[in-house]
Amino acid sequence: MERVYLDNNATTLVDPLVKEAMEPFFTKMYGNPNSLHSFGTEVRPYMGLALDRLYAGINADDEDDIIINSCASEGNNTVIKSFYFDSVLNHKKVQMITSSIEHPAVSETYEFLEKLGVDVKWLPVNADGIVDPDELRKAIDPDKTSLVSIIWANNETGLINPVKEYGEICRENGVKLHLDAVQAIGKIPVDMQEVMADYITFSAHKFHGPKGVGGLYIRRGSTITPLMHGGEQMAGIRAGTVNTPYMVGMGLALELAGKNLDFENTEVRKLRDKLEDAILDIEDVEVIGDRNIRTPNTILASFRGIEGEAFLWDLNQNGIAASTGSACSSESLESNPTFVAMDIGADLAHTGMRFSLSRYTTEDEIDYTIDVIRKSVKRLRDISSTNSKEYI
Amino acid sequence: MAKNDLIGGALWENYSDKVSERMNNPKYMGEITEEEAAAKGAKLIVADFGADSCGDAVRLYWMVDPRTDIILDSKYKSFGCGTAIASSDVTAELCIGKTVDEAVKITNIDVEKALRDTPDTPAVPPQKMHCSVMAYDVIKKAASLYKEVDMSVFEDEEIVCECARVSLSTIKEVIKLNDLKTVEEITQYTKAGAFCKSCIKPGGHEERKFYLEDILRDTRVEMERERLNATGGNKTFADMTLIQKHKEVDKTITESILPILNADGGSVEVVDMKDVDGFTDVFISYKGACAGCAASRTGTYEAIADTLRNKVDESIRVHIL
Repeated sequence: MERVYLDNNATTLVDPLVKEAMEPFFTKMYGNPNSLHSFGTEVRPYMGLALDRLYAGINADDEDDIIINSCASEGNNTVIKSFYFDSVLNHKKVQMITSSIEHPAVSETYEFLEKLGVDVKWLPVNADGIVDPDELRKAIDPDKTSLVSIIWANNETGLINPVKEYGEICRENGVKLHLDAVQAIGKIPVDMQEVMADYITFSAHKFHGPKGVGGLYIRRGSTITPLMHGGEQMAGIRAGTVNTPYMVGMGLALELAGKNLDFENTEVRKLRDKLEDAILDIEDVEVIGDRNIRTPNTILASFRGIEGEAFLWDLNQNGIAASTGSACSSESLESNPTFVAMDIGADLAHTGMRFSLSRYTTEDEIDYTIDVIRKSVKRLRDISSTNSKEYI
Repeated sequence: MAKNDLIGGALWENYSDKVSERMNNPKYMGEITEEEAAAKGAKLIVADFGADSCGDAVRLYWMVDPRTDIILDSKYKSFGCGTAIASSDVTAELCIGKTVDEAVKITNIDVEKALRDTPDTPAVPPQKMHCSVMAYDVIKKAASLYKEVDMSVFEDEEIVCECARVSLSTIKEVIKLNDLKTVEEITQYTKAGAFCKSCIKPGGHEERKFYLEDILRDTRVEMERERLNATGGNKTFADMTLIQKHKEVDKTITESILPILNADGGSVEVVDMKDVDGFTDVFISYKGACAGCAASRTGTYEAIADTLRNKVDESIRVHIL
């Protein structure tokens, strides 16, 4: 076994078909789509096709907008700061609501707004790791709340939030809903006719598209005050020459992800469950969250007595890529906020390991990984002081 | 900032080959039993330090010859990341053959140096320096168990930054000697705060007794106090704060000017003072009989201005409001 990539929640390989589709836009059809000459205009039908694919991919209405940007982090910043800008422009103090298990692109943006005086409410998660719709209902003040931002599926745990209910609650109260859909798109159905969110954000590289391109969905009737000024691109909402090759790539990537949704839900899930069952066979292991409400590709497991970075090291020595939220593995040595919010004990913050599969993961790879995990757990538990006999 | 900061991440690229080797194939990992120690007529010491919930826990085993205090053998168990395991492995190795008193002198810096591939390249990236601190602590714990004393016996000074082993007294001294004004400067001068950063301010990787931000603030206050006390009465007018200048001016007015004005039923008070381009502007307001007196803008004014310039400082300019 050469190498096994089980870190698909971090990023994915680009589907070869996507790469091929992008190719002509680098050296042949490289015109600026805003130009009037043929170099510019010849690109435009392909942008149209990309948009058609993106709209179809999330079942957006033709009257809605999907802004092409650099990534979901940009999209999240755009939406959240737009509401802040509006509050400044309207001289109106607003309250905004988010959860305690957001990706830093959302949580750190809100922390920054707090410094600017915005009242931000942070919703907790329940014992299942889910943001309870009742908590959202209680937190909303229809007179003050302007925006609610919640993660659709969590990047660490894969746990899927009841976003449809959030949509209903926000509608009832006349509050806008923003969902970070990065980990949902390509893994579970994302249907904007079903889920009444006003804004959703996504990144192409999480569904076998290229890095550096993403989308911001804006439902008809919702507005955005731009983060980036300086051009008429994207209806004036996002300045900057559109990255046409990447936009084309993202369109096809989403179409392919849509076609593979069933495969994701059956075959990828099957392999995930196989790996998960094998992990659960090991003593003193806990898997976080009910697998039925998780994205079908994700496992977050805690291995007692094994520090995450050491485990990641061993896996890497054996060619396996996974991810740990262990504080020791981060630049800042800080615990992962999702773990802290889930209150699953300090242990998980140090012993958590995330395995995230993709449609390219094979059964051989999973079998090999199971074998390596068993051996590594034994080796590291031999070293570990956790399981030594008591002395004092 | 530099190119590496822009790319970011990659802890492991900064591990020395020795760290990798110790992580992959630890040499001293394991336990020592009572029986093994007894067989050599030695005393078994088992010291624990840290906790799983902190992400670092180590158990150090020593087999000590009670006649010579020499550590005949040492092993360990470690819950921690790669660098924690590698550090524990080297700690055990460094203890072997030393007396307990010698072992107590081993610091985390010795452990880190032993893990270097070349003398000038750190074995671990800055934020991982912290992992070797445990090695230092657990040795102290083992020694305290062997000698049946409290661990604090081995701490001769208050350590603020454990990673770089910088004491409170050193940090204060460096701030004072070099007139340091920022935490970054402290880090440049002493390396304190350069590694896991816990000691910079609360809320870092671990809780600390002292934080550089507090030490800096308190030391600066202390320095200011010392400066004020030292100069005291001998201080030149130019060096005084505005409040001190005001006191000097008021004192002279009360002692030398008011008695004369009061005799004619008048009075004066200082309304405001400002330091402007090396001058001190004193704004005065007349009271009582002076308020309407013609001389208040000529003779009296000249007298007040001259008195203040002569008795207090040349830089004073008097203005009537």
